[in-house]
Amino acid sequence: MLEIKCPWCGPRAQTEFSYAGDATLTRPSLDTATETEWYEHVYLRGNPRGPHDELWHHAAGCRRFVKVRRDVTTHEIIATAGPHEHLGGGGK
Amino acid sequence: MTGQAFRNADGGGIDRTKPLTFTFDGKSYQGHCGDTLASALLANGVRLVGRSFKYHRPRGIFGAGVEEPNALVQLRQGARTEPNIPATRIELYDGLVATSQNRWPSLKFDIGAINAVLHKLFPAGFYYKTFMWPAKLWPMYEHFIRHIAGMGKTPTEPDPDDYAHRFAHCDVLVCGGGPAGLATALVAGRSGARVVLCDENDTFGGALRSQPQTIDSRPAMDWVRDTATELGRLENVTVLNRTTATAYYDHNMVVLDERVADHKIAPENHEPRHRLWQVRAQEVVLTTGAIERPLIFAGNDRPGVMLASAAQTYANQFGVRAGERTVVFTNNSSAYAAAVDLQAAGIEIQAIIDARNEPPAGDLTRAKDAGIGVLTGHAVVAALGNHAVNSVTVMALNEDGADVTGEPHDILCDLVAVSGGWSPSVHLFSQSRGKLRYDDDLTAFVPDRSFQRERSAGAANGSFDLSECLSEGFTAGAKAASQAGFEAAAMAAPTCGTEPELRPRALWAVPLPDFLHGKRFLDLQNDVTADDVGLAYREGYRSVEHLKRYTTLGMGTDQGRTSNVNGLALMAGRRCEAIPAVGTTTFRQPFTPIPMGAIAGADSHDHVSPTRLSPLYQWHKDHGAPFTTAGYWMRAQAYPQGGETLEEAYLREAKHVREKVGIVDVSTLGKIDLQGKDAAEFLNRVYINGFAKLAVGKCRYGVMLRDDGIVFDDGTVTRIAEHRFLITTTTLHAGAVMTHLEYLAQVEWPELDVRMISVTDDWTGIALAGPRARAVLECVTEGDVSDVALPFMGFQETHIAGAAARLYRISFSGEQAYEINMAPGHALAVWEALLEAGAADDIIPYGSEAMNILRIEKGHVVGGELNGRTTAADLGFGKMMSSQKPFVGHVLAGREGLNGEGRQQLVGLIPVNGRSRIPRGAQIIADTGAKTPIPRLGEVTSQCMSPNLGHPIGLGILANGRARIGDTLQAHSPLTKQSVAVTVTDPIFIDPAGERLRG
Repeated sequence: MLEIKCPWCGPRAQTEFSYAGDATLTRPSLDTATETEWYEHVYLRGNPRGPHDELWHHAAGCRRFVKVRRDVTTHEIIATAGPHEHLGGGGK
Repeated sequence: MTGQAFRNADGGGIDRTKPLTFTFDGKSYQGHCGDTLASALLANGVRLVGRSFKYHRPRGIFGAGVEEPNALVQLRQGARTEPNIPATRIELYDGLVATSQNRWPSLKFDIGAINAVLHKLFPAGFYYKTFMWPAKLWPMYEHFIRHIAGMGKTPTEPDPDDYAHRFAHCDVLVCGGGPAGLATALVAGRSGARVVLCDENDTFGGALRSQPQTIDSRPAMDWVRDTATELGRLENVTVLNRTTATAYYDHNMVVLDERVADHKIAPENHEPRHRLWQVRAQEVVLTTGAIERPLIFAGNDRPGVMLASAAQTYANQFGVRAGERTVVFTNNSSAYAAAVDLQAAGIEIQAIIDARNEPPAGDLTRAKDAGIGVLTGHAVVAALGNHAVNSVTVMALNEDGADVTGEPHDILCDLVAVSGGWSPSVHLFSQSRGKLRYDDDLTAFVPDRSFQRERSAGAANGSFDLSECLSEGFTAGAKAASQAGFEAAAMAAPTCGTEPELRPRALWAVPLPDFLHGKRFLDLQNDVTADDVGLAYREGYRSVEHLKRYTTLGMGTDQGRTSNVNGLALMAGRRCEAIPAVGTTTFRQPFTPIPMGAIAGADSHDHVSPTRLSPLYQWHKDHGAPFTTAGYWMRAQAYPQGGETLEEAYLREAKHVREKVGIVDVSTLGKIDLQGKDAAEFLNRVYINGFAKLAVGKCRYGVMLRDDGIVFDDGTVTRIAEHRFLITTTTLHAGAVMTHLEYLAQVEWPELDVRMISVTDDWTGIALAGPRARAVLECVTEGDVSDVALPFMGFQETHIAGAAARLYRISFSGEQAYEINMAPGHALAVWEALLEAGAADDIIPYGSEAMNILRIEKGHVVGGELNGRTTAADLGFGKMMSSQKPFVGHVLAGREGLNGEGRQQLVGLIPVNGRSRIPRGAQIIADTGAKTPIPRLGEVTSQCMSPNLGHPIGLGILANGRARIGDTLQAHSPLTKQSVAVTVTDPIFIDPAGERLRG
């Protein structure tokens, strides 16, 4: 079970969080994006090895979304931050 | 105590003043406080304790602890019975009942033993080879195999005991309370770090409990007791006995299984039977010790063949002679100490058979001093006997150990104490993803590189000398504490008596001479022999993982603790490769089995999931309502009166509401309070319809889509104030909608000034519906609720029956209706006031079933229609979709496939004959007589009997449904073998113009 450092609550058990998707995606504009852009945003995901940025929802805690840089091969959590903050550590 | 013929008059850690009575296979025996079931059985001369898994061979006690592969028993009776418990791990208590397993009709005479005679028919991979064909007969084979192969019996009654979970955090977790673990915990504990120390046994000391040694010229157990006492006094140290560290997970989380009450006949004083700890440690120190390996020779499974350390444990810790005359067979030096101890316990030592050609001089001197003869360069090639060993055959080993030579001689004995070297218990280390290294000198795998923040010390690290164990423990404790931010004072290792190095000779299986037959068992629990490894190799299963699956080597409750290394070494030999090149199988969690009850903890029965109750729950219950679940909620279905069936009750209620008036508890609807100066803009983006122009004090129905353009949820939005809205969601999607909105507000649109919170539990909801709803309402409020003051889709903050309330004029039933929200504490008073005030208008309470009928009659969609595949247009909300503004999902909702020809659209369904109920979940097809596969046109999503129309109705989604209105189709349910001809209609059956709700 992972331990995720919530920027607001400190280190908490994974069971308090829900995985909330890929944090490297940029959401297409609500008014100007094309169907193709939306299609790619909704359906296409990379599956990169190594450090990857993802969103976790502190659902059973403060209910804030947390950006987590996690090495998906080792489960090491390199850094966490608010959804619009810069993550330290390498990789993306 | 007489009867314990193999118990010594003194010695050992048992309390001879406390006799305990127990039964094994129905026969009564006595043991002592401090015994295990295994030691007590041996004390009584019981050596045959089970039958093996595949060949049903007689089996005895092989080990003395967690490594035991053989002596699995069925413990306790009735609801508390547990199968496959090693007798070596069962602390004896008065009244203990155990039975042997895997035998019929009795342990001594077992029909299944015919398998041993037919062993040529049961090679490795037997099941795969024999039962492959014909596949359709597999259920029959399986039935037969399950009957003869099953080990113990699972209980058939519910577990009467409680189990607990505990979460803990510490700076240093020490797994194993032998000398290295105690030393680690002592240093770390004195530094002030929060330490958790656990050990699987009832007392601390590990191997020192059964291998007498000295520390600072005193018995080592004195040091153990002093240390345990000091640790017990330290407030920052948690000491857990009877607690196995059994699983190591990511981020230094270790699961400990504490057996709180397994050593008692039943848990006392509401204590749990087990307590499962999930410990998150900054640093972990693994001091898990080592497990002795067997030597592999023909008949090495006979009762009486035992690990040398186990025989030593029975002698030293329990004062029990595991036999009268023993042959000690070893490939290393540790068995010499065991032999001397066995002799001191009164067991005659026939000889030490040492596979090594030149054992260290110290070993030979030790044997000579004790008057024990040593045969070097020899091996036991066979153990003879039937239900117990009665002699062994010994031959000389040739130089490379690949053959035996010379004259065989037989030695009489009833105990063969074997030592094939020692394997550090690296299970937790490997679970933590640490990398192992093969140590040629030890002939064992030892920890090499750590992956997580852990380190190993003592025998678990391949260090067997006591002073080395202690100094490694002190060092590990100091390092772990300092890594965790504490200053640990250095501790000098005390002076200890020395034990010789192990210096094993690699001997993975004693060769079988031509003149002998017999099975050489590698894995006693799974009946895997040395020859099975050869068979697996010849048939191409050469990776250790394949070897394991093909032969079942290393499976079962003991997970090959005594067999894995020999097995993979034999495979390495076959492959002509070095042992490290072959590698080990993956060590998986858990190290020891965890009862299902301990995994569930308190999350059983009604506590598997939360139960949410309306503040009016007790009233519903008191008035005879049966309940149904909606998500976690319990909802009152109806209120049967005077002998009514449930169906009669809800049909009456649904009719009554349309004719007069009723109230229903709608507290389960999700409610979200949304605030901020951009709240209206936020809603505009979230819903398909516009909210910017919604006036304060007005409600509006809204539909939201997912990003992919499919309908997500619906509900009402009320503008409470300029920058404050109340959103309702469906009961089932309340949590998901909240998360969706939070995500958009926090992550995607942080520029919007909007905040939200769930207020589902803060407002209890009562819907008042029916033609006389306003009349009733006027009796309980002083506010103006006239149609002018509070028109359809209006909102007021007011007082109802004296309670502050929010009043929404919205209608789910299609009748003149109001939804009243108040604080939960006022709900009962308001509910009762409405019933009282409405008595003159013949008000009734109605339940969720009648509410559902009313909404189907009105064509409102719920979960069956919002099924994750329907678009807004499919459900008839196409015109609600604003073209004036973008909203979530609008782009992908425009995809070609989600529009146009063939979409399944919401329709109404009426049985052609006017009386047949439309089958629940039925498929809609054109012709039941058509050739299969019959094209599926749609499905029934809701159905009920409509008491107001007098015939059954249904809702469905149907391909090109709106164009098919008037058509006759078939609602077909292969599941219930029903087929009903239905006419397709508009989904709104009652008052399509909406005159009733505006009335």
